[in-house]
Amino acid sequence: MDHAQHAEHGADQPVASSHGQQHPLGIYFKIWGLLFVLSAASYAVDYFHFQGLLRWSLIIVFMLLKAGLIVAVFMHMVWERLALVYAIVVPPLLLMVLLGIGALEAGHTHITRDTFFAPAAVKPAAPHTAPHK
Amino acid sequence: MKMHEAIDTASALPKEKGWQSIVSDVSSDQRAFKDVPWGKPMMWIFLLSDTFIFGSFLISYMTVRGSTTVPWPNPSEVFSLMMFGQNVPLLLIAIMTFILISSSGTMALAVNYGYRRDRKTTFWLLLATAALGATFVGMQAFEWTKLIMEGVRPWGNPWGAAQFGSSFFMITGFHGTHVTIGVIFLIIVATKVRRGDLDRQAHGFLTGRRGNYEIVEIMGLYWHFVDLVWVFIFAFFYLW
Repeated sequence: MDHAQHAEHGADQPVASSHGQQHPLGIYFKIWGLLFVLSAASYAVDYFHFQGLLRWSLIIVFMLLKAGLIVAVFMHMVWERLALVYAIVVPPLLLMVLLGIGALEAGHTHITRDTFFAPAAVKPAAPHTAPHK
Repeated sequence: MKMHEAIDTASALPKEKGWQSIVSDVSSDQRAFKDVPWGKPMMWIFLLSDTFIFGSFLISYMTVRGSTTVPWPNPSEVFSLMMFGQNVPLLLIAIMTFILISSSGTMALAVNYGYRRDRKTTFWLLLATAALGATFVGMQAFEWTKLIMEGVRPWGNPWGAAQFGSSFFMITGFHGTHVTIGVIFLIIVATKVRRGDLDRQAHGFLTGRRGNYEIVEIMGLYWHFVDLVWVFIFAFFYLW
């Protein structure tokens, strides 16, 4: 393996081509098909109007499976050195913290807006919306 | 020649497994990722920075969507298409998703055939990837035109929260730009493959570096990343 790499710097072409990410073609077709199925599944979630927790959990599960398959196989991550894998995968996990902070912040802002702005905005409209009461 | 020596020293060290491999790689005084060609970590670092850009966009979008008290337009209806007298929800987006996934498939095959030194097949697969990418951008242009004609602007839309407009143009615009750059990048790499630049290790026009088939894989990393970003946009923007 390491000797094949040395050859790359020389003129020995066939040896150089023997390394790099080479895997049986079948696995790419399998992943391709799986990605189609998963996309169709997440589209079906919308098509059949699933709502609430079921909708969310399905969307996120399909999303993570698709993302995982792309990174692992198409981007060859399962075959890379572990040090490289961790260097790449850990920083996006930190984004999850930002995601959590964003969601908390949004929830808080929503509550304050509902409490302080929404009643004032709704009041003038109230006589029109409920004249029959 | 420096790199040559580094590999020599590195190869003298035993190869570790699991956590020990991480420790030995990272504590290595030669280079952190042994026998990983330099171009790949460079692309990964770029993609990581891009992940944070797209991550910031999507998180800001989720924050504005979660905090607005004005109703958010229903994406399922906004992006529906009239087909055979019936309103099919999200049809265009679904087709765009399948096209992009297929382009990822052809790209993965192109990398494989590149390492097999099959110039012709690699060239056509790269071209097919570029064509699928261009189709995607074309459909996005159609989608933008349709929404602009319906009155969607970065500062508002006819169906509710103004943040919908700004999020839509920002997120899909940035993604579309990436796809467009990718298509150009693909055509450049395809041309290099067809001319045999990579086989005879011709020097690059801008970089002067010797060409080899790793650039097909590096190009692939970029392209799969664009597909990857779309997976998240599809889930968070169109399905939410």
